[in-house]
Amino acid sequence: MENKQYTVSIYTENNIGLLNRISAIFQRRHMNIESLNTSPSEIESVSRFTIVVNITESQMKKIIGQIEKQVEVIKAFYHTDDEIIYQESCLFKIKSELLFDERQIQNIIKESNARIVTVNKQFFVLEKSGRKEEIDLLYRELNVFGIMQFTRSGRVAVTKDEMKISTLLETFQH
Amino acid sequence: MKETQTMNNNSKDTETTERISGSEAVIKCLLAEGVTTLYGYPGGAIMPVYDELYKYQDQIHHVLTRHEQGATHAAQGYARISGKVGVAMATSGPGATNLITGIADAQIDSTPLVCITGQVGSHLLGSDAFQETDIVGISTPVTKWNCQITKASQIPGAIAKAFYIARSGRPGPVLIDITKDAQFEEFDFKYEKCKGVRSYKPVPKTDETALKAAAELINSAKKPLIVWGQGVILGKAEEEFKAVIEKAGIPSAWTILGASAIPTSHPLNVGMVGMHGNYAPNVLTNQCDVLIAIGMRFDDRVTGNLATYAKQAKIVHFEIDPAEIDKNVKTDIAVLGNSKDSLKKLLPLLNTNSHTDWHQEFKDLYQIEYDKVIKNDLHPTKEGLTMGEVLKEINIQTEGKAAIVSDVGQHQMIACRYAEFNISKSNITSGGLGTMGFALPAAIGAKMAAPDREVVMIAGDGGYQMNIQELGTIFQQKVPVKIVVLNNEFLGMVRQWQQLFFDKRYASTEMVNPDFVAIAKGYHIDAKKVSERQDLKAAVKEMIDCDGPYFLEVRVEKEGNVFPMIPTGASVSDIRLS
Repeated sequence: MENKQYTVSIYTENNIGLLNRISAIFQRRHMNIESLNTSPSEIESVSRFTIVVNITESQMKKIIGQIEKQVEVIKAFYHTDDEIIYQESCLFKIKSELLFDERQIQNIIKESNARIVTVNKQFFVLEKSGRKEEIDLLYRELNVFGIMQFTRSGRVAVTKDEMKISTLLETFQH
Repeated sequence: MKETQTMNNNSKDTETTERISGSEAVIKCLLAEGVTTLYGYPGGAIMPVYDELYKYQDQIHHVLTRHEQGATHAAQGYARISGKVGVAMATSGPGATNLITGIADAQIDSTPLVCITGQVGSHLLGSDAFQETDIVGISTPVTKWNCQITKASQIPGAIAKAFYIARSGRPGPVLIDITKDAQFEEFDFKYEKCKGVRSYKPVPKTDETALKAAAELINSAKKPLIVWGQGVILGKAEEEFKAVIEKAGIPSAWTILGASAIPTSHPLNVGMVGMHGNYAPNVLTNQCDVLIAIGMRFDDRVTGNLATYAKQAKIVHFEIDPAEIDKNVKTDIAVLGNSKDSLKKLLPLLNTNSHTDWHQEFKDLYQIEYDKVIKNDLHPTKEGLTMGEVLKEINIQTEGKAAIVSDVGQHQMIACRYAEFNISKSNITSGGLGTMGFALPAAIGAKMAAPDREVVMIAGDGGYQMNIQELGTIFQQKVPVKIVVLNNEFLGMVRQWQQLFFDKRYASTEMVNPDFVAIAKGYHIDAKKVSERQDLKAAVKEMIDCDGPYFLEVRVEKEGNVFPMIPTGASVSDIRLS
């Protein structure tokens, strides 16, 4: 079976240590996590993990079982890229003088739909959200001129299909 | 101590709230959970709790082991023989880390355990304080659940949750780490038992369609084989299980942890599967047409090479833990749920059957194993005592009623193969983790939980010395366990592998041993050593007749091997008889 990119969505209680517990499931099986994001979800007091991995589907199914086995995990799902709407976000810190010396940079910013967050005499910060490839492209284009700092977020994703977590939570109530 | 009366909103019951310290709350929580015995070792960060244990010693018995690892194994032995939750306690730092092997053992063998550790004061967390260790981080991969408590008010909720999680569903170990300031802090205590955790479903719903499909498949089978595991015992499903196999007439084999769920002599009990299991169930795993797995997890020591494991068979898997389905062996029908309920529902759907010809195949293969292996193990004629004949003698003298607590290695396989079980929960051993040093402390816990049972510990000379310090606990607590060391002056199982697969290069397996009898006597434990066949019977009798603890060393043949054997990576049907 071939490795494929999967996005894992995990709904959990918001408890200390759960990140450790979940990442250990991958680590123990010698699997690399490509990106990981945690945040509140649409339900109060419920957190959502979004994890990207490259593994086989059979491995993926077993991992979901192991994740769901954790006491404080409410539900875990895995998706292929075509089943979700997903984005990443990134920030570039670039010398401000380049903005004036290299006119091309202004075109790149416009064409890439990136947003200038702040500008001062020394540097400006550019923010871009999009798919990984779009961000990779922007990085390559800007790297020619020199980047002072670059950082990228993990993937965040919502599914095209409904996720019935609230109803599921009700069934958990005793 | 100020007591106030409050009304519970949900009922008319009057509940008492009292202002007490976190450490007293720990004891009150344990009492509320019905804990009467716990195992542990004091130290700086858990001293407030020990101070309370001192005050409550008429209600709760704390057993001071000689090492924290001993405390966890004793708690495991306690849990395994009684079905109750075992409790272990330790201080921070090294006390806590010493619990880890026992916790990992309990995790892989699904043993309900609550471990409580003291932690440095919350203001010191992360400062590399004296005896500070991140025990929550360290224990995460080997616990079913764990948490750290920094406020006294969190103690009742966390302990209630801990017991609920440890014992429900597929049982397992939990750890609660309590900072020292939380132990000292006073708060208004009230205890409510945990009735559920929102994100946790201990027992999955049984799908009736799957159950019917499973019954149809079993009814249509010409050569069905059941392999059962500890799930039958943990689910308290022994009666339901027996009813199912007797109605359907299915030959049934067990994993190590499943042993004793039905008597050894039951006509449908065809023995042990796996690496050193019986010949017939291993060979016929690859000839059955339907393999029915009940409460077992297809461990690699059971399946051998998965690529050649029961490929001809349809697989039905009765299991409480959804993560076990298709984990190692792809199933055709999975029936989720508690074994007791599933088997109860399965029974009326099954046809009465006897499978006489199929049974004959097991009998024929048993005869081969008997002639080539069992006869020589149990009735040896050559010089040198065998481990098997010691087990046979124990069976005779205890009338097959003993709980056998074995360590890990050759003697363990021999004990599992030859011990006669007539009572459930009688085979207490470290199955999944293979923890040498398990038996001596586990036997302490087992005997204390079941004082009316004869508890016979069997260890090799290697594993015995890994927790030999627990003789001190046996002496102090006057625990009448029977300690049998089968001494071959080798780490026998590793030596066997070196002989078979490493051209007899006996690297670091030879043991130069102390005078075990003198050591036992040093702890005022009656002790004897035998090395001649003619002395064995009387020695075992003397041990069993002894009212107190007793140590018996048996010098067995130095280079005996355990057969049958499935070499690593081989197929179950390629099991070797020599």
